[in-house]
Amino acid sequence: MKIAMPVGKKDIESNVGTSFGRSPYFLVYDTESKESEFIENKAAMSSGGAGVKAAQTVIDSDSTVLLTPQCGENAANTLKSASVEIYKTTLKSIRENIDAYMAGELQPLSEIHDGFHDHGGH
Amino acid sequence: MKIAVLSGKGGTGKTLVSVNLAAAAEDSIYIDCDVEEPNGHLFFKPKDLVEEDVTVKIPEVDNQLCNGCKKCVEFCRFNALAYAKDRLIVFDDICHSCGGCMMVCPVKALTEKDKSIGKVQMGRSEDVQVYTGILNTGEPSGIPIIERLLEESKAGDDKIILIDSPPGSSCTVMETIRDADYCILVAEPTVFGVHNLNMVYELVQLFKKPFGVVLNKSLEGENPAEDFCLERGINILGKIPFDSELGTLNSNAEIVVRKSEKYKELFTDLLDRVKKEVRHETTTNS
Repeated sequence: MKIAMPVGKKDIESNVGTSFGRSPYFLVYDTESKESEFIENKAAMSSGGAGVKAAQTVIDSDSTVLLTPQCGENAANTLKSASVEIYKTTLKSIRENIDAYMAGELQPLSEIHDGFHDHGGH
Repeated sequence: MKIAVLSGKGGTGKTLVSVNLAAAAEDSIYIDCDVEEPNGHLFFKPKDLVEEDVTVKIPEVDNQLCNGCKKCVEFCRFNALAYAKDRLIVFDDICHSCGGCMMVCPVKALTEKDKSIGKVQMGRSEDVQVYTGILNTGEPSGIPIIERLLEESKAGDDKIILIDSPPGSSCTVMETIRDADYCILVAEPTVFGVHNLNMVYELVQLFKKPFGVVLNKSLEGENPAEDFCLERGINILGKIPFDSELGTLNSNAEIVVRKSEKYKELFTDLLDRVKKEVRHETTTNS
């Protein structure tokens, strides 16, 4: 099984990113091989629809679980359509959150925000 | 004669100026292109309203035909499409109606459908024809509504047309001033006001539009917006005082030209000044 997480740096010893759609990278962690891969989030610099594009990247990485501090409505709907489960991160570091998820200590993300959409202006 | 009224931010007095110039003009057209927050109608309270829906084309997917190639997903600049496992999802509220996804689809799984994004309202207030554009909340772009408003008003091209622009200098403002014969920039007497004035000043120069500035909320003494104009040789069309009589009438959604002789004179003079500028422009530039 593969787990995806938004991250700020390509370093497994670093912390979870603060947003989903605008995080610079995604960590894709394989629970069987224990290998981690960092993929670029091309949505980070999008003028709009970053959540949808980021969700597409997670889906395309074959991850079935996403650990994130937050997630917008459009991204959540896209992920749900691909049966990707979303769990809320509660701890700072990447590793602690993976361990907590594996131990069944993370809760499914319940608050889906409306998105931070740019209104007008373009 | 199309006169667009603009400013770098909301609340500087675009609606005050455009509504009152239209009222002073008599037998004129007022077009509210501030489609995200149209408020000229609050002053005119137009009667005999006719409404028309404005629609745009958005893609609709036939997932039976879609082969999952994701060409449309990669093409979309606005990320309005996602391919999840075995089906394509279209996000209507992100789509900007460019039609590109339909062009790149190799199996014609995407077709066009109409989506309502708002409406245009047409009515009358005394001898002013009032056109209002209303964009539904959450829609990405008001441009189709502005296009429709300007198209609808073409029948009255011989009249004086006052166009109340959206605030700022973005795409919707560009659409609004594209066919304007003259632009009035409304400015506030503050340093912040100068910054906003500069935004629209750069825009009208880029569009090579003849323009002049109206100094709103003018007080005795220092006026950074006036200094900005004087330093650059920008034409100052007039000053509107920071005045409680005007403020009270305007806050009660009254058209000051119709309520106060003093302001009728002020806006009539301003209109004459603008008309003279436009005529001067047409004789020197045509």
